[in-house]
Amino acid sequence: MSDTFKLKIDGKEIEVPKHYTLMQACEEAGAEIPRFCYHERLSVAGNCRMCLVEWEGAPKPIASCAQTVGDMRPNRDGSAPNIRTKGDYVQKARNGVMEFLLINHPLDCPICDQAGECDLQDQAVAYGRGGSRFAENKRAVEDKNMGPLVKTIMTRCIQCTRCVRFAAEVAGVEEIGMISRGENAEITTYLEKSLTSELSGNVIDLCPVGALTSKPYAFNARPWELRKTNSIDVMDAMGAGIRVDAKGAGVMRILPVTNEEVNEEWLSDKSRFIWDGLARQRLDQPFVRTDGKLMPATWGEAFAAVKTALSKPAEKIGVVAGDLIEVEQAKAALDLFRSLGVQNTDCRPAGAAYGTDGVRERYILNPTLMGVEEADALLLIGTNPRVEAAVWNARIRKSWLWGDLKVGLIGEAVDLTYKYDHLGTGGDTLANIASSDFYDVLKNAKRPMVVVGEGALCRADGQAVLAAALKVAQDVGAVADDWAGFGVLHNAAGRVGALDVGFLPGENGKATADILGGTMETIVLLGVDEMDLSRTGGATVIYVGSHGDAGAAHADIVLPCATYTEMDATYVNTEGRVQMTTRAVQPKGEAREGWAIFRAISGVVGKTLPYDTAAALRSLLQGPEGESTVFSGLGFAPGASGAAALKAAIPAGPVSLQSSRFTKVIDDFYLTNPIARASKTMAECSALTTALDTAVAAE
Amino acid sequence: MALRRFDIEAGGDSFSFKSETEEKIAFWRAKYPADRQRSAVIPMLWLAQKDNNGWLSEPAMREVADRLEIPYIRVYEVATFYTMFRLQPVGKFHIQLCGTTPCMLRGAEKLRDVCIEEIGPGMFVTDDKRLSWEEVECLGACVNAPMAQINDDYFEDLTPESFRNIIAKLKNGAEVHPGPQIDRINSGPEGGTTVLTEPHLFDGSRSTASVLPNLPGSLPTADGGGAKGLPAQAAPTNTKRETTEATPATKTTLLPKAPPAEAARDVPGERPEAVNIPVENRDDLKRIKGIGPSNEDALNALGICTFRQIAEWTPANIDWVEGNLSFPGRIEREQWVSQAKDLAAGRETDFSRRVDAGEVPSSQDDED
Repeated sequence: MSDTFKLKIDGKEIEVPKHYTLMQACEEAGAEIPRFCYHERLSVAGNCRMCLVEWEGAPKPIASCAQTVGDMRPNRDGSAPNIRTKGDYVQKARNGVMEFLLINHPLDCPICDQAGECDLQDQAVAYGRGGSRFAENKRAVEDKNMGPLVKTIMTRCIQCTRCVRFAAEVAGVEEIGMISRGENAEITTYLEKSLTSELSGNVIDLCPVGALTSKPYAFNARPWELRKTNSIDVMDAMGAGIRVDAKGAGVMRILPVTNEEVNEEWLSDKSRFIWDGLARQRLDQPFVRTDGKLMPATWGEAFAAVKTALSKPAEKIGVVAGDLIEVEQAKAALDLFRSLGVQNTDCRPAGAAYGTDGVRERYILNPTLMGVEEADALLLIGTNPRVEAAVWNARIRKSWLWGDLKVGLIGEAVDLTYKYDHLGTGGDTLANIASSDFYDVLKNAKRPMVVVGEGALCRADGQAVLAAALKVAQDVGAVADDWAGFGVLHNAAGRVGALDVGFLPGENGKATADILGGTMETIVLLGVDEMDLSRTGGATVIYVGSHGDAGAAHADIVLPCATYTEMDATYVNTEGRVQMTTRAVQPKGEAREGWAIFRAISGVVGKTLPYDTAAALRSLLQGPEGESTVFSGLGFAPGASGAAALKAAIPAGPVSLQSSRFTKVIDDFYLTNPIARASKTMAECSALTTALDTAVAAE
Repeated sequence: MALRRFDIEAGGDSFSFKSETEEKIAFWRAKYPADRQRSAVIPMLWLAQKDNNGWLSEPAMREVADRLEIPYIRVYEVATFYTMFRLQPVGKFHIQLCGTTPCMLRGAEKLRDVCIEEIGPGMFVTDDKRLSWEEVECLGACVNAPMAQINDDYFEDLTPESFRNIIAKLKNGAEVHPGPQIDRINSGPEGGTTVLTEPHLFDGSRSTASVLPNLPGSLPTADGGGAKGLPAQAAPTNTKRETTEATPATKTTLLPKAPPAEAARDVPGERPEAVNIPVENRDDLKRIKGIGPSNEDALNALGICTFRQIAEWTPANIDWVEGNLSFPGRIEREQWVSQAKDLAAGRETDFSRRVDAGEVPSSQDDED
């Protein structure tokens, strides 16, 4: 038996694998098949009937999405079956389907947010009638509450059930369903409760009509008047592909861009709905504290104050880089402060124990995000991917659901949307892992994967944890020539990039805890807002960042910089994949790109940096022509190429493995960074989840 | 069918299965493997509805979902899909009036008017919480159209008058009898069976009684029937079961013992004189129009074996016998007493002549 099957599609003979659906085969042959319910990342429902094609000899048109090629048979003479995707027969069938779909669909395109990017609208142009023959009353459906993100106009729903399938299959949170039957069928959440999935925004993209639209974006803009810029998301360390849609100076919305290796085509709610935070609480001019109050200042005044602050002895100056720092800023700042002799530099505000030995493979996610689809056993140590990398969590779920992935977790037992073996909560479990049942699972797995999160590394024994985790990986065979199954899952977009440029304590330099501990005279915070700043003592605090958050409030000098939608900037994701954002709008007010601020300061303090443009800075990062550095290529993850570096053991560090539990790194998924904290939408989501948590706790 | 939503307010905050239901739950769940427990959702919902006064409250639905470990929305989908699950409160007696074509053609619309007059609009619960009604699609008893289902029993061949009468009885707590409300057995012909009269079809030798655990029982049935939800033993709708339990196959050839005490029930009226005589000395009661083999057996069991006994019944006797045989009004309507008088006096009736001529198969004995 051959694994392929021959078809003749629109007169063109084509051979496709037998597991293909007829729709896939038609697309392979270059035919375009309209569809509403079919989605390549969801299970096949076959209920919209829009994808009808003609199979010569078949009594009826065939729904191509639900017809497996392997189930078809050749013509009687043995020739390939004839499929027609065009022609009167198909056109008439699809016209009929379209007419039924439109019977109950309101004619409200002029006030519908989907208009202009609506599948139904587009296909009605091709298959719709000029007018309606339906004289009776249309049905009307009550709108449903789905929370602060998804707006519903349920009369527009055509019951494709994509949202239902997404929630159940991809998000793993069965919250949406179709209730009642027949003409009364309605899509709703259970008793109109808000969606709790952190991927819920994706149902907006999936909805082929205007039934589920973005609530924060409602009536803000029309798709055709938006400036669309492809960029990279920085809300977590995945670096998901996004499209920033802007009108004038404002970002109107953020949509996912397909990047198979990173985010497939999904986007987390934080990444998608953060955009209103880009316009609020912005630092749009420098501030200098005079008489205890932050007063607006010019760049010149601010630089003068900076010059004074940086004239302190180098060992009394400390620099901490925050979660959202871009590579250019980190490089420029590091170059400047090293030239001043400052060794107290750190890019690990939470104090995670990685990066100090300079071995890149020990702080990136070597197996890659996509690698989890290959893996058959995954051990998560001190990490909750559902909040730390929500889209990756959906991928783990996918591998668990459709593949044979088995997951074990050491750390806080949380709902990850898939089943896992909870091995324990703390370091003692990791130390004794060899005695657990899951160890055998890892040992017997072809592609075992060990992933450590900051929850396990941000502790005094962090290095011992890292060493123990790597040892587990080595012992179970996760490190082979073609498979590097050990990795660190980061939760901050800027971390890997800053580590890559070496933003770590220099010789005898102090780390974050000491810098913020009160021994410094000048502290420079590069967008650090999440740390306890109460113990900085009398130090002069210089805050370089985009939003007026905790850091700026504590600062004596505030230097406003652009944020990720306002500059072309390099970010390195948790896999070590170098990617670039693109400027979609201009920086707010007098804000400047981070690297430019440090280039300017370098002039003020007389240590001028050797680059005048971002391009020059980047070419410096990429190194001389022909030499390979981590920054020399864009868009790929090193993956298994670094496997060799993982074969050596890590020294266990000064503190031995403690038995205390691994804590969670992210308390509130929706409020992890200054942009999110400035967003009203995120605040609403956060309030909702907090309220939910309280209710659950009360029960 | 209109939109169906949970009556959240009436549902309260909690629900728990009755302890006696647990056995039934275990029965249904045992049918499915551990990883397919969600397949038990429909029987579980049905049991929950039974335990919640005939409707499915939101806490009841959640209880089912929790037990089967299914997301609430999945159970919600099922509960709203099947109209068998009622999402708002119903009366103690909930009438499901069939309105589909055969019933409609036979006068269901007039029955609906009766419901509206006597109870109120659909799904309205009377103040005394005793009655509610809704129109449903075909209940599959078209041959007895028009009909209605009250709780778990079918009331068939209704007329506005008989239906009004039933509703009035339910209102007052009087006993009602399910089945055809005219003179017919099940969907047999009016006036008595004309085919399939061979007694061995009905003596239980060809069937075994089985009891399903999910059969209704916890709710009061319309006729106050037993805990297993079976209709009253002697109901004419269940000839088969009646004979199965009351009479062994060879009964007509044996001399029965004195009328067993349990054969007679304590019902209103006065018990007529009972005798116990050998079979060969008994009269062929089947020569009376209205008495077939099964009724003859039932009468014999009550100690009534001769025409003379029937001929001497007083109205109080008739009440008692009717009460025992559960067919009110039938003895009078079919004039058993006057027929018996004629036959006891040695005269013949039109019907007995036909019986003697072998023209009435329903009156043939087993031996024939």
